[in-house]
Amino acid sequence: MMAALGISLRDPAAWVFLAFAAMTVASALLVAVSRNIIYSAYSLLLTFFGVAGLYAFLDADFLAAAQLLVYVGGILVLILFGVMLTHKIRDINLSNETTNPIVGAVIAGLLFLVLAYVSMRTDWQVVDRGPATPTTQEIGRAFVGKYLLPFEASSILLLGALIGAAYLSRHERKKEA
Amino acid sequence: MRYDYVGVLVFLVLAVGFVFIGMLAQRIVSGFLHTNRPNAAKLSPYECGEEPVGGTFIRFNIRFYVMALVFIVFDVEVVLLFPWARVYQELYAFYRTALFWDMLVFVGILALGLAYIWGKGDLEWVKTFEKHLSPAEKVARPHTKKEAA
Amino acid sequence: MQLIQFAHGLLPFLAKWPDWVVYLAVVFLFAFAILNTLVAPLTGISTYIERRLAGRAQYRWGPNRVGIRSLLAAMPITRPISKLADVQPFKFIGSKIPGGLLQFAADGLKLFTKEDIIPAQADKMLFRLSPYVVMAGSFAAFAVFPVSFWCSAINLNIGIFYVLGMSSVVVPGILMAGWGSANKWALFGGMRSASQIVSYEIPVAIALMTVVMLAGTMNMNEIVATQRSGYGIEKAGFLGWYLFRYGGLMIVPFVIYFIGGCAEVNRTPFDLPEGESELVSGYHTEYSGFRWSFFFMAEYSNMFAVGAIATTMFLGGPLPPYPVQFTESLPMLIRFGEGFFWFFAKSYFFVLVMIHMRWTLPRYRIDQLMQLCWKVLMPIALVWFVLMCGIKMARMEMAAPAEAPVVAEVHK
Repeated sequence: MMAALGISLRDPAAWVFLAFAAMTVASALLVAVSRNIIYSAYSLLLTFFGVAGLYAFLDADFLAAAQLLVYVGGILVLILFGVMLTHKIRDINLSNETTNPIVGAVIAGLLFLVLAYVSMRTDWQVVDRGPATPTTQEIGRAFVGKYLLPFEASSILLLGALIGAAYLSRHERKKEA
Repeated sequence: MRYDYVGVLVFLVLAVGFVFIGMLAQRIVSGFLHTNRPNAAKLSPYECGEEPVGGTFIRFNIRFYVMALVFIVFDVEVVLLFPWARVYQELYAFYRTALFWDMLVFVGILALGLAYIWGKGDLEWVKTFEKHLSPAEKVARPHTKKEAA
Repeated sequence: MQLIQFAHGLLPFLAKWPDWVVYLAVVFLFAFAILNTLVAPLTGISTYIERRLAGRAQYRWGPNRVGIRSLLAAMPITRPISKLADVQPFKFIGSKIPGGLLQFAADGLKLFTKEDIIPAQADKMLFRLSPYVVMAGSFAAFAVFPVSFWCSAINLNIGIFYVLGMSSVVVPGILMAGWGSANKWALFGGMRSASQIVSYEIPVAIALMTVVMLAGTMNMNEIVATQRSGYGIEKAGFLGWYLFRYGGLMIVPFVIYFIGGCAEVNRTPFDLPEGESELVSGYHTEYSGFRWSFFFMAEYSNMFAVGAIATTMFLGGPLPPYPVQFTESLPMLIRFGEGFFWFFAKSYFFVLVMIHMRWTLPRYRIDQLMQLCWKVLMPIALVWFVLMCGIKMARMEMAAPAEAPVVAEVHK
């Protein structure tokens, strides 16, 4: 199967990739199944880290650092704050009432089979990646050239997010007051 | 360059290994010296010798959460601006002043956001809601910012 | 790649080994060297210096007993040698050496042998995991610092951005410690610390981005290389450093960076997360013994890292203040030592400044702290970034006026 996916176990890089992929998947699984919400949140740390590792592995160096900066330093901290701000969260054991393990397992299994079938049947173009090129310049060039409009539009998106966050928090506090 | 990120991994592994080996050595040494003698008082939460009152997990000021939200917005801004800063010098000959205005629009829109939340008082750590206070309270509570959590 | 070539040049038989083995070995040795010079022992020495300076600030001695003499006197075999300290030449020399030099070693030994207490109510897993995350986050940043001329363990293209990303890994670690301890003070300290670190990351990042904009690169070695010349002088000495470029305008981002850096490592006047009069010692209140010492090490190595980043970005990193041609012809090893000396001296200078600040300044209140970040540093940093972009634009406009047909080399 490894050979079908174009992964050669002789290549040390393959091991690094497999380790990161395994770490990402395992910690993501832990996020979903952990009964303790704080463990779920901290498993996300490993997930984000694994994704950053995969980015770095794919020569997307800027993206990897941005992943750490935004997701680990921002989103994860936000999630942790959210958990810690919740009253008496420590005594709560999460359990999902609506789980139906059998149906879920069947659907997940079928989905897995479909995905596995597709990935095995696809004729993967194995190309030599060549020497890695720095990506930051490319991103910068795209920002001021081809994707100038999305770049500027993203600032409006961020502005909207900022105003929305501020508005919600004001609403929250007025209720408290 | 591809190697370089394996180097990062080496650093991470070394840091983790350093803590791990340190703790392992500490455990072995404390096994020899019999230093681990826990008792109930030692294992209780440390509150300067007082008996702990109430649970640990008290409610926090919601401001912590709001600050984290505002942070993420500006964090993404910084992440988007870094590639621009990287290519400014390099591409200047090509795009000339347009490059500067691109950045100014981007930063300007976010500065507008900062001005908005500033003006609306969302950056205040402690906000007294003047209009919710009775006249007597307004006299009793002048414009001092109270110590916050 | 440079590292591999260097290793091949040094030990020719390595050419037979696979590249990645050589690379791993070299980076590992480099990392090991940094860990055993700039992180662990430096923490100890910094604590000694800090306590001596605290003593001076408070008109007392500080540690002045545990030294070489007391070490010799402690062991029966060497006790006669310790008597030599009363004999004349040694007595004179001894009187000139500050006392207590081995205090940090004694403290380290004490921490190592102390009981390791994990509170009964603590979340044992998070409590144990936290030092790993904090140490990994603060140590990983050292990978890209140019400790000498073109000499960093890893020559990353995204250098400074990587440092920002890695230092944000520390935040979940701190929250982990705060939450895992199941202690009010620890939780409070963790929350404060986290929100302080994330808030100050923005002005810090913008200040550093200003330098990136001027240098046109994020690679820390290349940023150092751009500081060789300035004001039209090739090899300009200290005039080439970004702090002194542009007629001193870069002092503002530098000051913003340094203030933000102090806040990010939770040092006075921003040490609310561990304000001892209200929070005992913040997020590591429940930690004791050797486990606690990792937080301590992370704090001091972070202080050094703040100094190292300030040095690299604003003060020319390993570049000496005199023009480099004075020493350019010296042998490579001496040049390496010269670069390391300047890098270390400049970085450590900032650690000393932070220590002095701690014993001089009072502590901020949390609302003042947030106000300083969002209402003072942040607008100034943004405005200054735009200003420097404008100045850079004017410069480039002068260098290559728009009329002249310029064939841009977009694809380098």
